Amino acid sequence: MVSLINEAFRRARDAKRPALITYTVAGDNSKKKSLDILKSISTHADICELGFPHNTPIADGGQIQTSAYRAIKNGIKINDVFKIAREFKLSKKTTPIILMGYYNMIYQYDENKFLKKCGSSKIDGLIVVDLPYPENKSFSKKCKRKGINFIQLVSPTTSNIRLKKIIRDSHDMLYYISMLSTTGGKLKVSPQNILKNYFKIKNQNKSKNVVIGFGITGKTIKSLKKADGLVVGSAICKEISKSIKKRQNAVTNVTNVVKRLKNKIK
Amino acid sequence: MKLKKGIPLIDQHDQFGFWGKRFGGSFIPETLKKPVEDLTEEFKKLRKDKKFIKKRDYYFKNYIGSPTSFVKLKNLSNHLGGAQIWAKVVSEANGGAHKIYNATVHALLCKAMGKKYIVGDTGAGYAGKMLSMAAKKFGLKCKIFMGAKDIKRQKPNCDAMKKNGAEIVPVYSGSQTLVDAVSECMRYWVSNCDNTHMCVGSTVGPNIFVKICGWSTAQISRELKLQIKSEFKKIPKKIKLINCVGGGSSAYGFWSEFIDFNKKQIELIGVEAGGPEKSKLHAAPLSRNAKIGVLHGAASYVCQDKEGQINTTESISAGLDYPGVSPIHCFLKDTKRARYTYATDEEALNAHVMVTKFENLNPSLEPSHAFAEAIKIAPKLSKDTIIIVNSCGDAKKDRDILKERLGKN
Ligand SMILES: Cc1ncc(COP(=O)(O)O)c(C=O)c1O
Repeated sequence: MVSLINEAFRRARDAKRPALITYTVAGDNSKKKSLDILKSISTHADICELGFPHNTPIADGGQIQTSAYRAIKNGIKINDVFKIAREFKLSKKTTPIILMGYYNMIYQYDENKFLKKCGSSKIDGLIVVDLPYPENKSFSKKCKRKGINFIQLVSPTTSNIRLKKIIRDSHDMLYYISMLSTTGGKLKVSPQNILKNYFKIKNQNKSKNVVIGFGITGKTIKSLKKADGLVVGSAICKEISKSIKKRQNAVTNVTNVVKRLKNKIK
Repeated sequence: MKLKKGIPLIDQHDQFGFWGKRFGGSFIPETLKKPVEDLTEEFKKLRKDKKFIKKRDYYFKNYIGSPTSFVKLKNLSNHLGGAQIWAKVVSEANGGAHKIYNATVHALLCKAMGKKYIVGDTGAGYAGKMLSMAAKKFGLKCKIFMGAKDIKRQKPNCDAMKKNGAEIVPVYSGSQTLVDAVSECMRYWVSNCDNTHMCVGSTVGPNIFVKICGWSTAQISRELKLQIKSEFKKIPKKIKLINCVGGGSSAYGFWSEFIDFNKKQIELIGVEAGGPEKSKLHAAPLSRNAKIGVLHGAASYVCQDKEGQINTTESISAGLDYPGVSPIHCFLKDTKRARYTYATDEEALNAHVMVTKFENLNPSLEPSHAFAEAIKIAPKLSKDTIIIVNSCGDAKKDRDILKERLGKN
């Protein structure tokens, strides 16, 4: 069976553009609001990443930290995250949803129970920031057995030997981290350089969908158009923070941001 | 789960870096895999390199001032009755605490790897102060991450860091203490690992940092073993080694040479921060039965909620105010080789008062937790029992807290 994730990339490819992948934090700034945002932006986004917030996120920059702390403060629990995803999928059956977070939360929930819950919530994929290869081997196998995509991360520091092994163990999608940075850093590498590295990965196995993330904003997204997919997270979280501060409607504002991003890569 | 004899505890992990199959590991973002592997290789090579060992020993002796003294606390022992209480005065080390061993070794590693920048975390400010000293000594540029709350409560050490030319980066997220400083330091390393070396201030973090730190502080027990032999002719029949445990670097260093001994002969007692008597908050994951979790790249007992969110901690001692603990102490706990307990803020303060009243010794709030346990158990023990406390830090840094709590100058 073809995964929804593969399907989403195929549709984007058919339209001769990269897939647009958004990242928002579940429960930011309330359970209902984050679901509304998700539903609304998915009109323009091809794949939605939904963060399950952790209060000690060692790879996240300021914007996503702010969103995560806000969500936790507003009482989000892991079962609420699943509920949000489930409800989202009731209305958007074909939009893939990828949960992203830190391993401790999965560990406390219990790996098997977590994956079962992912299944019943119609989760399509998982990104676990602090569970790298080869430590992730057994968990990634479990994901595969459940029909859930385990998405491996690759970074500019990943060696060639390692890259080969990671690709061999990957499922439908790989995530290339654009630069040495936490999420939300300013793009400190030229788009040409990022794409050069990107194609080194892509050319190893053309059947894998490789996306680029970290530091992508409305200013830079167009220059990276050649990738299979582009992830925007901090720029969206920042918009939520801004809307709250200005007492404006976050759903409308964030949707407009995502729409503009989409227009730039069409 | 079993301890092996004849192999340093820091090396008793499996290929994934786990002690006892479940503690430790390297739960790190992909970007850090390469720098962690590079560091692992470098350390593996250098620790077998005679020239490097010679260099280390040279700086330990001539820069840090090894050995630190081993003294009997006669007045305190007489006052309490029961066991004889001794102290290993590690606070005599250059800078005033054991953190200088790890900092010096990291600075040497940083130089060996050709990096010019070094960053580190700190709670009590000692790890930061020592790293700033070592950086200055070896010509490295240094940045220290420190919680905003700790910057306020440990001012003397912050002044020292600045004097040594280090930049202090205040961390305002979370509880603004050590846990947040370590997170922010790791984030900084993710972004700058191409030219920057990271020092983790205790035996915590990804596997390699536990090993480097433990290897560095082990100097304490190498000295102590010789000192005990020379003082008592042979190793006495009943010894208790009491040490405070934050991350656990001083405790590991104090114990490492004695782990192979029978626990009836040499008991290892770790004392965590119990927090204020009236508060539910504490920083005692081992002695108050926290569950295993992943924090800062390693699995250990961690103060956390059911969902895996890390709990806020509370302790009068900034150095012990940390929700996690070294995986090697988790291993020592589960193999029952060491016993872990806690002292409250009030007990630590009282211990500080008592020790300073009877002895010419000024233990900081961290080792005062260890003294609290010594004071508690000594009267119940026989005269031939030797209690040795690691007095691993000097209380100068606690000037403001002591003044506020005790009205003392
Ligand atoms: C004097 C002193 N003792 C103990 C500690 C706790 O750390 P560890 O358990 O790693 O020795 C600290 C930490 O800052 C410290 O400064």
